[in-house]
Amino acid sequence: MISLKINGTEHAVEVDPATPLLWVIRDHVGLTGTKFGCGIAQCGACTVHLNGSPIRSCVTPSQVAIGQEITTIEGLGSNAKGLHPLQQAWIDEQVPQCGYCQSGQIMSAAALLETVPSPSDQDIDRAMAGNVCRCGTYPRIRRGIKRAALAINALDKEPAVDG
Amino acid sequence: MGKWTRRAFITTGVAAGGVAIFGVAVRRGDRADKVRDLVANPNDAVFDIWLKISPDNTVTAIVPHAEMGQGVHTSLAMMLADELDADWEKVDVLEAPGNKEYANYALARGFVAGNVDFPAWLIDTVDGFMFRATQAMSLQITGGSTSVKTTGQLAMRVTGAAARAALLQTAADEWQVPVGELVARNSMISHAASQRSATYASFAPAAAQAGLADKPQLKSSDEFNIMGTSPQRGDIPAKVDGSAMFGIDTDLPGMKYAAVKAAPVFGGSVASFEEASVQDMPGVRKVIDLDDAVAVVADGYWQAKQALDQLQVDFDDAGNAAWEQGDIFRQFEKDLDDSAAAGDAETDVEFGDAGRALAAAAQTLEAEYRVPFLAHATMEPMNCTAWVHDGQCELWLGTQNPLGFAKDAAEAIDMDADDVVVHNQYLGGGFGRRAFSDVAVQAARLAAQVHYPVKLVWSREEDMRHDHYRQASISRFRGALDADGKALGWHNHYVNKHDPEEAPHIPYAIDNQRIVYTESKTHVPWGFWRSVDHSLHAFFTESFIDEMAAAAGRDTYEYRRELLVNEPRFLAVLDLAAEKAGWGEALPDNVGRGIAIHRSFGSIVAQVVDVEMLDGDVSVQRVVCAVDAGYAIHPDGMVAQMESGIAYGMTAALYGEISIRRGAVAQSNFHDYEMLRIDKSPEIETHIINSGEALGGAGEPGTPPIAPALTNAIFDATGIRIRELPVRLHDLRKPDHRETDVA
Repeated sequence: MISLKINGTEHAVEVDPATPLLWVIRDHVGLTGTKFGCGIAQCGACTVHLNGSPIRSCVTPSQVAIGQEITTIEGLGSNAKGLHPLQQAWIDEQVPQCGYCQSGQIMSAAALLETVPSPSDQDIDRAMAGNVCRCGTYPRIRRGIKRAALAINALDKEPAVDG
Repeated sequence: MGKWTRRAFITTGVAAGGVAIFGVAVRRGDRADKVRDLVANPNDAVFDIWLKISPDNTVTAIVPHAEMGQGVHTSLAMMLADELDADWEKVDVLEAPGNKEYANYALARGFVAGNVDFPAWLIDTVDGFMFRATQAMSLQITGGSTSVKTTGQLAMRVTGAAARAALLQTAADEWQVPVGELVARNSMISHAASQRSATYASFAPAAAQAGLADKPQLKSSDEFNIMGTSPQRGDIPAKVDGSAMFGIDTDLPGMKYAAVKAAPVFGGSVASFEEASVQDMPGVRKVIDLDDAVAVVADGYWQAKQALDQLQVDFDDAGNAAWEQGDIFRQFEKDLDDSAAAGDAETDVEFGDAGRALAAAAQTLEAEYRVPFLAHATMEPMNCTAWVHDGQCELWLGTQNPLGFAKDAAEAIDMDADDVVVHNQYLGGGFGRRAFSDVAVQAARLAAQVHYPVKLVWSREEDMRHDHYRQASISRFRGALDADGKALGWHNHYVNKHDPEEAPHIPYAIDNQRIVYTESKTHVPWGFWRSVDHSLHAFFTESFIDEMAAAAGRDTYEYRRELLVNEPRFLAVLDLAAEKAGWGEALPDNVGRGIAIHRSFGSIVAQVVDVEMLDGDVSVQRVVCAVDAGYAIHPDGMVAQMESGIAYGMTAALYGEISIRRGAVAQSNFHDYEMLRIDKSPEIETHIINSGEALGGAGEPGTPPIAPALTNAIFDATGIRIRELPVRLHDLRKPDHRETDVA
């Protein structure tokens, strides 16, 4: 039995601690937005945040994440409870096609914008080259990141309402 | 739509709750007992429904195609809603369930199981366009870039227009006014003179009872309100927050997980395995022999996978273990040689006298091209959840052919096909791969041996090594030019034809053409791969015409222009791509520009590629794409499909190679079957021509031209002609650099 904190909630799961985090998130906790693509950290479909940093959950043993903050696509934002600016930008730019890789794409992009608020094309290349999209949505992913960066930066510049 | 006959008519009805349904029906065959047996089912007749109008005035388009990212649900709903003059804000889409309650299962099964052709007894009943529509619609196949041009044109638009007319007539009757004074707009009917207005829903039940005209007047493109615009796709919001359900996301109470390992050599089977070595591993429930594969069922997927990896399995190789990739190409060469010597090649195209043109030519040139096997590598690995219970088998997965899968699964577990139900989910990539039912058959066989639902997930390695592959091929050319460099003769001989039949055809006005092929079978399973045979022949033909232009000492764009004298559509597309790309302008020394044009699935696409060469590395800077698909129903969707087709074809052109080693696939995952990534993805601009010609496809036609446009650009930059894909096999450094390295 191990306990993992995912999207702010503690989950006690009966699992071998060596089990990759991906399968615990998907099969034991039931959060299926994080995807299995390759199993060897080559495609990025399984990207989640560990304490805000993007990791490939398919090769990360669950025990590594004990006591850490894990964030999945479901924790980033949702249509029901409010979208992250990247998710909104993905809709505005009509980025996804089949959509299977997009959770991982958005999680990698979200980590990028946390550290580089106004990324250059080179910054985007470096941060996103680990995420494969077989539908070739890369031009739109690039536009989506830039659109979200503008939206976030505009929000940050607004004076606080009740400062 | 003059092709409708009285035999194909439109039917209507009113369901419980006042929901009006409108649809296109094919009259039941009623002339032969054989027909009655096949077509009649407890619910009577062949019956497909496409439109519902609910009491709250919501219009629902019911579409029989799978959403795999091509936006088909949105495009088809647009076609129906536009003809209906529906309020787009209140239009829903429902994917038709893949079972007998929707499509006529007896008909579908007879078609899938039996003849490749539609049964002759039905052709009298279902002729012309309706025949083709039924092929695509009743069978619910998604592929061949057909959804918009068949279902959209033949069902969605016709039903929308006919329902609109019926609603207007019903309103005219109720209000006692001439129908010509009524206006239908945004799901409302209004009469200006009497200042009356009411919803479609208020007339729908009566309209559905009254019946529909069988030849409704369709709009011309200048009357479109929704078609030709780009509303946001309905499937996208769920794809940004993780809530979209793909096959692999299926979760059922009591479900267990399975991992599978098939005989690595194609045609092989399981010889023996040591079940005892894994049966005590944590979570393991059962080890199951599937004849050509072994599966482990466990409480969790990771447990199943761990046990499978530990399981010692000996496979029989069916005598295929000696095959190496080089042997396969040598077989192709020999079969081409032998067939040429014997003169027994099959003919695709023959006119004029190519042999005489070659003999008489001022200049001839020859070239041989080759391409490797390719895997689909959908991002979502093959998977299927199956549950056999209460005399039925339920399958959850993403499929391009739900009824075909149900039939195959039923046969595998000796069940009546009517008792297999497919629950189609979003497809994490299709590209032709999800037209093959192998994983569904495996899952059904596993589920038949246990009493709980089983989710079978292939590893990426399994997915890569047990695909149905785009064929490897060799294509040989001889070209004849006169003293001015004009093309006089075109001789092409290649191995292994699949479809579409016209893939090797060229649009160029060359008077003497001979295009032939020879079959040279391998033990590697073949499959539809985005654009199918077009994916190889565009590379072959558009490379060779480039070689002819170079041999003639001509600009390659101008050379093509002159040969397109009889093809104004091609010419317009070629010109648009060249103009937007700035063809003819001076480029830096290390930059090359290439062009290619190809028609597939009814759409003509030209692409101009700019490459920058950096010490032998190819960097694709920009792709300018022009497309004439007749009319772009959803222009942004068309642009997205061109971008996607380009990325898919470019991945293959630069990196893609499945090679055979000791009878099996050598590659296993994305580290040795490389994918295009964002840092290598070019800027792409797409320009659309709405020529008004018959609608063509969108999902595939973007793929064929990119490989030749790219290699033609490399030739422009380096003088090196790439005749074998992928590009990464070639040393593209300047000759002096290569010598330095060797020394």
